[in-house]
Amino acid sequence: MTIKNVKKRWKDIPIGGVIVEPKTSLRNKTGNWRVQKPVFHPERCIHCMLCVPYCPEDAFIVEDGKLKGINYDYCKGCGLCASVCPVKAITMEDENVEQENDEK
Amino acid sequence: MNNLKIFVDSKYIDNYETVLPLSGAHAVAEAMRQINPDTVAAYPITPQTPIVERFSEFVADGKVDTEFIPVESEHSAMSATIGASAAGARAMTATSSVGLALMFEVVNAASGMRLPIVMPVVNRALSSPINIHCDHSDTMACRDAGWIQIYSENSQEAYEHAILAIRLAEHPEIQLPVMVAQDGFITSHSVEVVRILKDEVVKNFVGERKPIHSLLFSENPVTFGALELPDYFFETKRQQQYAMEMALKYYSDIANELTKLTGHAYPMFEPFMLDDADVALIALNSSAGTIKKVVKEMRQEGKKVGLLKIRLFRPFNYELMKSMLKHVKTIGVLDRSFSFGANPPVFSEVLASLRSENIFSFVYGLGGRELYESQVRETFDNLLKGKFDAKINYIGLRE
Repeated sequence: MTIKNVKKRWKDIPIGGVIVEPKTSLRNKTGNWRVQKPVFHPERCIHCMLCVPYCPEDAFIVEDGKLKGINYDYCKGCGLCASVCPVKAITMEDENVEQENDEK
Repeated sequence: MNNLKIFVDSKYIDNYETVLPLSGAHAVAEAMRQINPDTVAAYPITPQTPIVERFSEFVADGKVDTEFIPVESEHSAMSATIGASAAGARAMTATSSVGLALMFEVVNAASGMRLPIVMPVVNRALSSPINIHCDHSDTMACRDAGWIQIYSENSQEAYEHAILAIRLAEHPEIQLPVMVAQDGFITSHSVEVVRILKDEVVKNFVGERKPIHSLLFSENPVTFGALELPDYFFETKRQQQYAMEMALKYYSDIANELTKLTGHAYPMFEPFMLDDADVALIALNSSAGTIKKVVKEMRQEGKKVGLLKIRLFRPFNYELMKSMLKHVKTIGVLDRSFSFGANPPVFSEVLASLRSENIFSFVYGLGGRELYESQVRETFDNLLKGKFDAKINYIGLRE
């Protein structure tokens, strides 16, 4: 009575839920948790960087002191960035639910 | 060495240092001194207090190398013990009653993280009404917390079980925490003659802990206690069940090793005048001693009564229990705790040992794992064919 699944069997994983290598959270792409997504409007951005420390997921892409965009692999859509942005350069929009629910 | 000859078989006398008048609590403290754990984090609570009180004297007197952490609660005691154990240390604590209840959250974390912590527990009633005296409500409330549980009849057993527990906990295929129980006041505060092994004998028996993972192996960093969602939680829990199966498998080997040093036997279930008994009582902890005295007296009167003492309550050896009771016509099971609204804990296990053959166990859905209609159908179909063994079956587990 087993589930056919590519995931590992109980005898093949480390005991006690121990994670035996670093940086494994990179593989856990939490972007598909989003209900709403932040949309970046670069033409309004004044690059104050207030959104960057507020982001709980470190999902903002910054190059040479300029905000370049959002990493949707990890952004959970909490909306903190949109609420702190002083110039409304980030707005929250509904996700296409059907597209985003294809959990692997 | 003066009184050793009176109390110890000459075959084993070289392994013993002395005999001391000790309470159960001080006997356990003596075991902890000889084990010399890396870390002890503890908080006082009646009637456990004399264990860590005496142990803290050993720390202050430099008789152990232990880092002693006086904490602000039992929750912190277990948390600090878990942290030390995850770092690779041999870590211990001790508690009683509502102290165990307060640490309950992290008691489960210790077993879930597979940390071989050994914790003497002095059994005391749970509140309310507040009561400092003995019953087994505290450890019985933790019987499903994933800890091995060993129960002790007297101070001598409490001392030896604490030493045994280290090896059981740290066995590479077990890696589970162990509670070593003794009765509050009845055992913990009554002074008896306790035969004490030589420090070297205990040191050699317990050896050094060899952690499988350690937070302090900086070249090979690991994470303990991370999130697991429905896709893996059940598998991790199945491993804990397997570890309990391994504890049943290796218990006797480890116990026999200690027997070779002490001359005392540590069967999972200890029969006393049971072979030809028509009627038997089943009990654990100090009451077993009381019952033995009565059994002897009643045998003099020609009454065929006996006792089965439970030492290892978790894991529970159902098949062994069944085989040992095969010839007994009437069985009485003594429980020093309730399971309110249900059968008391020890009775419940003995009853399960004697169950009929057409009922099977299925574990499913742990940590949010889904149960599908197809699995229900498959379970029905298999039951219709009557093809299951008596052990636990699993639905939706990746075997």
